[in-house]
Amino acid sequence: MREVAIVGIGCTKFGEMWHRSFRDLFIEAGLMALEDAGMSGAQVEALYGGNMSSGIFIEQEHVGALIADYSGLISNSVPSTRVEAACASGGLALRSGIIAVASEYHDIVISAGIEKMTDVGPEKAMDALAAAADREWEAAVGATFPGLYAMMARAHMHEFGTTREQLAQVAVKNHYHGSMNPKAQFRNRITIDAVISSPLVADPLRLFDCSPITDGAAAVILVPAERAREFTDTPIYVKAAAQASDTISLHDRRSLTSIDATRIAADRAFKTARLQRSNIDVAEVHDCFTIAEIMAIEDLAFFEKGRGGPATLAGETAIGGKIPINTSGGLKACGHPVGATGIKQAVEIVEQLRGDAGKRQVEGAEVGLTHNVGGTGGTVVVHILAR
Amino acid sequence: MSIGITTYGVYIPRYRIRVEEIARVWGDDPIDIKKGLRVLEKSVPDRDEDTATIAVEAARSALQRSGLAGADIGAIYVGSESHPYAVKPTATIVAEAVRATPELMAADYEFACKAGTAALQTCLGLVAADYIKYGMAIGADTAQGAPADALEYTAAAGGAAYVVGKNHVIAEIEDTYSFTTDTFDFWRRQGEQYPKHGGRFTGEPGYFKHVLAGARGLLHKTHSKPEDFAVFHQPNGKFPRKVASTLGFSQQQVKQGLVVEKLGNAYSGSSLIGLASVLDVAEPGSRIFMTSFGSGAGSDSFTFRVTEEIGNIQSQAPTVAELLAAPIYLDYALYAKHKNKIVL
Amino acid sequence: MSAERAALSLCISWRGDSMTVPRFSRAIPNRYNLIGTKCENCNTYYFPPRPVCPPCRRKGVIREYQFEGSGKVVTHTTIYSAPEGFSKMTPYVLAIVELDEGPRLTAQIVCDPSEVKIGMRVKSVFRKLGEDGPDGVIYYGTKFIPA
Repeated sequence: MREVAIVGIGCTKFGEMWHRSFRDLFIEAGLMALEDAGMSGAQVEALYGGNMSSGIFIEQEHVGALIADYSGLISNSVPSTRVEAACASGGLALRSGIIAVASEYHDIVISAGIEKMTDVGPEKAMDALAAAADREWEAAVGATFPGLYAMMARAHMHEFGTTREQLAQVAVKNHYHGSMNPKAQFRNRITIDAVISSPLVADPLRLFDCSPITDGAAAVILVPAERAREFTDTPIYVKAAAQASDTISLHDRRSLTSIDATRIAADRAFKTARLQRSNIDVAEVHDCFTIAEIMAIEDLAFFEKGRGGPATLAGETAIGGKIPINTSGGLKACGHPVGATGIKQAVEIVEQLRGDAGKRQVEGAEVGLTHNVGGTGGTVVVHILAR
Repeated sequence: MSIGITTYGVYIPRYRIRVEEIARVWGDDPIDIKKGLRVLEKSVPDRDEDTATIAVEAARSALQRSGLAGADIGAIYVGSESHPYAVKPTATIVAEAVRATPELMAADYEFACKAGTAALQTCLGLVAADYIKYGMAIGADTAQGAPADALEYTAAAGGAAYVVGKNHVIAEIEDTYSFTTDTFDFWRRQGEQYPKHGGRFTGEPGYFKHVLAGARGLLHKTHSKPEDFAVFHQPNGKFPRKVASTLGFSQQQVKQGLVVEKLGNAYSGSSLIGLASVLDVAEPGSRIFMTSFGSGAGSDSFTFRVTEEIGNIQSQAPTVAELLAAPIYLDYALYAKHKNKIVL
Repeated sequence: MSAERAALSLCISWRGDSMTVPRFSRAIPNRYNLIGTKCENCNTYYFPPRPVCPPCRRKGVIREYQFEGSGKVVTHTTIYSAPEGFSKMTPYVLAIVELDEGPRLTAQIVCDPSEVKIGMRVKSVFRKLGEDGPDGVIYYGTKFIPA
């Protein structure tokens, strides 16, 4: 096993990209990453593409081949693999690429994530997202994805006294961060009032508690650490790439207020990296809904269980706070093209650690963490990256 | 050996709409309507209820009442004019939902409001001939009245399930008699959403002719005189009271079985729910006389004698009175949404 | 198609989750009758049914078990925005119900949104989950009402 480094990053703008197709998006992200690494496509040895639902959104499967083909990488018959773990597809693609390099199977690997969601209407999109849950025993009886997280929110509020305002502050903070991110889908700042008065989606979650439907793609280039300086002066090293699974359905989980797979993946990651939570300077966590970020910062053990809400309201997770969370704007403001999110999270951390995050820069950031969740917690992938 | 009803179950949806509310929308005088029909309100199914769900709840209630297992049932017949499918029986959905499958006979019946009692006669025959040990007959409907039509005031939803057997009989079926003609008082063509009817033709040539002939036929056949309880099909509150008095039953004798005032006309469930209302309170030894009516047209009459065993089961499942209590009232717009009357 | 049929097919009916006939049919005993499984090796009950007991795996002894249908609400929400199929049923109450025998399942509660509470006792009822359009199969299943 050898250490892996990220030497190139690329990310498209996130949003409703009516004029850009699935193919346009991954080509753009891939080319940006290659440019960033000063690398030729001919050097790429393998490709991992995270994508949740091309089948439903654009009626296309076999996207591993499609991505290799349209990127021009088929000239070298590059092995190309589509990776799927619902909303953790990107994180899983990253981990898969890292394992390929760490195990010495390949030297130069692209891990990408791509989702094109707006070619179908919102009801079909919601139906596609419901496939991240248990289709037979959750979706078939009327559960929606926001509905499942809403039930976690209600349990969390009941057990810990988390308030409506604390949930809203997650969205407010992430919009504030997103306003400083040129790639973000939403660049407007919002208020707690705006969140609380937005339309109900699944009580207690309202429209502004929910991440949007988004198109976008992102890519990173992975090489063995010992070769990193061939491509960049600012290699970022992978200290850990951990993954854990749990039941697919919420009703089978041990807890309704905690995503155990987050806790377990984080423990595995910190053990591998030989680091403490206090070493983390900045983190991108999975805020598909505001409650998800509150549970994440607790389950990652940045805060005690039940204290995520008060900590957020007190500003501890904003840039300048104790542990800045989701400087990209998170899924809420940056947007959530499902398969791309896990890779975008890595791109954001790399930019932070390189000192390239502009107005969003966390001063002196040296170690970052990404946290990507599939469904309501059936899969969690946690990465720790460092300068 | 006696043969008769061994258990029964009823299901009535919780929603109601009042006569005043329907009258408000169509510009009718509610006082006139209530006086003319002697109905105050009718039941309305929930959006996720239909004849199959009502039949299942009634069937489960019957089994719960007696402790009989679904696997003991040798036949299930469901009578309705609002079967969810034109082809695909409601009876098999019920059979699956009470775990009576796969060794049983099953089919759906249609004969307007008397499809449930026709099912009862079939079960009687199969049990009497020892082809089966227990047979279940269900009458259930989610009746549709065309908007602005007079029937809209009474077309209601509900169902009742009866199990016939030779063991643990709570009400013996002493005899049965049917009177059937080809009469066009009320009908619905295949594919049409709402029925049509002959207006005043539905009275004398329809309801009264068949109910009176059928009732008289059975009273004569069994050498009986009116006594104890009488239950008639209840399209409104006026018709059953009129036939009762014509036949010589007192208003007191017909009172317990009259459920239409607060329920409306549950079509295939109508007389069977009326019968259940009587069974809920009847004492051993009482006699019950029932004549159902189905447009098209015909009537099924039965005489029952309540046995000592009735006390064992009356309170083991919801009674009609309990099901009629705690209604939830809807306005016309919600009622139309519940009944899928809104066409885009 | 006649105008009436076309109009009828547009009338407010709700599709539920579109399942194929074989997929729905296999699960009928579970959906209609709350038939799940029990591992007799470790005495754990499962609904929805599991063919493999996770703690016991191959040591597990799996038997069919019919749940009584009584339980309590452990958490709930009211769905205001739903995917195609359920969109015309909103608002409806969704909950995680813990059956008395132990397992939890996700189900709709038939009640007013203001009525549902954590800890509320519920019992099962037989209702329509949805249908595959006005000419398609009707999906029946189990929901719960306040007990």
